[in-house]
Amino acid sequence: MEFKTFVFYFLSAILVFAALRVITSRNPVHAALFLVLAFFTASGVWLLLQAEFLAMALVLVYVGAVMVLFLFVVMMLDINLDRLREGFWGYLPMGAIIALLMVGEMGLVLGGNYLGLFESSVRQAGADESNVQAIGRLMFTEYVYPFELASVILLVGIVAAVALTQREKRKNKSVNPSQQVFVKARDRVRVLQMPAEKRD
Amino acid sequence: MTLAEMQFQTPELRLASAEIFMLVMACLILMLDLFVKDRKRTVTFVATQLTLVGAAVVTFATTSGDIGYTFSNMYVGDLLGDVLKLLLYLTVIVVLFYSRGYILERPQMARGEYYALTLFATLGMMVMISANHFLTVYLGLELLSLSLYAMVAMNRDSVPATEAAMKYFVLGALASGLLLYGMSMIYGATGTLEITAVAERLYMGQVDRGILVFGLVFLVSGIAFKLGVVPFHMWIPDVYHGAPTAVTLFIATAPKLAAFAIVVRMLVNGLIVMAPDWQMMLILLSVLSMAIGNIAAIAQTNLKRMLAYSAISHMGFMLLGMVTGVANGDARFALNAYSSSMFYVVTYVLTSAGTFGMILLLARGGLESDELEDLKGLNKRSPWFAAMMMMMMFSMAGIPFFVGFFAKFSVLQAVVAAGYLWLALVAVFFSLIGCFYYLRVVKIMYFDQPTNSLPIIAPLDMKILMSANGLAVALLGIFPQALMSICAFALLRSL
Repeated sequence: MEFKTFVFYFLSAILVFAALRVITSRNPVHAALFLVLAFFTASGVWLLLQAEFLAMALVLVYVGAVMVLFLFVVMMLDINLDRLREGFWGYLPMGAIIALLMVGEMGLVLGGNYLGLFESSVRQAGADESNVQAIGRLMFTEYVYPFELASVILLVGIVAAVALTQREKRKNKSVNPSQQVFVKARDRVRVLQMPAEKRD
Repeated sequence: MTLAEMQFQTPELRLASAEIFMLVMACLILMLDLFVKDRKRTVTFVATQLTLVGAAVVTFATTSGDIGYTFSNMYVGDLLGDVLKLLLYLTVIVVLFYSRGYILERPQMARGEYYALTLFATLGMMVMISANHFLTVYLGLELLSLSLYAMVAMNRDSVPATEAAMKYFVLGALASGLLLYGMSMIYGATGTLEITAVAERLYMGQVDRGILVFGLVFLVSGIAFKLGVVPFHMWIPDVYHGAPTAVTLFIATAPKLAAFAIVVRMLVNGLIVMAPDWQMMLILLSVLSMAIGNIAAIAQTNLKRMLAYSAISHMGFMLLGMVTGVANGDARFALNAYSSSMFYVVTYVLTSAGTFGMILLLARGGLESDELEDLKGLNKRSPWFAAMMMMMMFSMAGIPFFVGFFAKFSVLQAVVAAGYLWLALVAVFFSLIGCFYYLRVVKIMYFDQPTNSLPIIAPLDMKILMSANGLAVALLGIFPQALMSICAFALLRSL
């Protein structure tokens, strides 16, 4: 076995284990941390495919930003996930049987080494070709149409979020400079006369 | 070939001018609405309708009858796409007219975002209709679905609507996942996501069938989810019932056209070589849908829920036309079969729009009137609209000389021509069961005593449109030939 293949299986094993722990661990913070681990190993798999920019983007964006925000929310909200998935352990045996059956069937359909991991035909990029450059070029030439559509989807996401969360006009708290300049000293400070009190 | 040497052609924007127009106008209307003070949003409404008319003009002006590709073959412009898009605009215009009164009575919905989301959903459907790449199919579908989720949830104080939106969102995400998994498997087998290129590689035959069938199962499951056919139908009754009726009307009409389009694009244009495999899957889905849809609809007391089950059975019936394209390796009947499906879906959209429009017409003062009981004695309250509703029901049931009859007839003809006599008999049997609940609506309208005797108040435009809709159902039943030949011609020039 080539060393690269070994690394792939090693990373994949960790990835699958972490993904399983995301849905089975009882503590939501642990689940989120396992998701971080899953992302991290996935980026390792991408590095194996020489997609170093995507690997870095995954770590920076998902691990660095999204997951931190997610952890923050999990900690802030104090959700009792145990109550949310009360039925989980009860349903697990039945679900596991069905899942195993399906995995078995998929295996039958696909047969042995159908996935062709060993004769992988992934194009090896030359050393002079930059990953970022290639992605950028493709994104704005060949894939410009899906790229624009994805941006429209994000726009719809924003519109939907605003439409669903904002009820009435917020009270405006901005300052009005034209009124501000007319302010008098007595509007700002009020001097109160209070009788002295004795300390006991 | 390295990437630097790769030739890039500037996309021919003329082909996609309708999409570009729609996107620009949707963004402009979003901005325009910020300056509208009027609570009724008349300006936004008119601008939205004009945009749809404008898009129709653009589509009509740029149609050439030839097949053209642009955006690195991700977009296909052909007659099928243009015809479906024109029908799509028409449907959305009618839907907006019908829902105007309903959303004005619900302040949370009567907002500019509602119209903007409608336009974005329409854009998503246009992208789906013209997709020649699995990626654009998926992105169009997400654009449509995301807009629809938000529109279902827009009436936030209504608990059923929120629940419906949640169910729709979760199941829709699951369906997208299935679809994407199927696409990735097809990519794994063929090495491309471009639909015409997939078809070419399949013809050449150096493709691993195992992985391809594996991906196909997921692809068909994803499509079945979006069409709402059994066993992927669970979301349909809850969403149709829970969503505000105006949104139900939208979900029940226009997306069916787009769903038909992606079935043709992905299965017929891309995977026709695999037809024996996917036809077997579709037969199963179709028979199950007709059975469960028609039988479960009998038990419903809510009109929206009943129509939801009816939609399931109709989509099953529509799939019958798709399964008979290739029989014993012979594609002689393909055109006939697919055009009968297209005719079926178009007439279903027409009838469905009228039926849900009627529920909107009866709903007044912020109250729904979506129970079967609310139709009691409609004939005494308004003989004209009772007659319209009766025609819709007759058409859905497939009673002769309404348009639904010819739709069913042409599909059955294709099924028999392909040699599936048993399938035709099953379809007829379940349609007969279906007649029961459609005719029950007619019985309730004509022979039951009305529980309230309030006259029906509706704006004039809605009354005119509803009458036109009902008359179209009747007239197309008498002269179905024109629409049928449009469907056949569009498919002939595009496949």
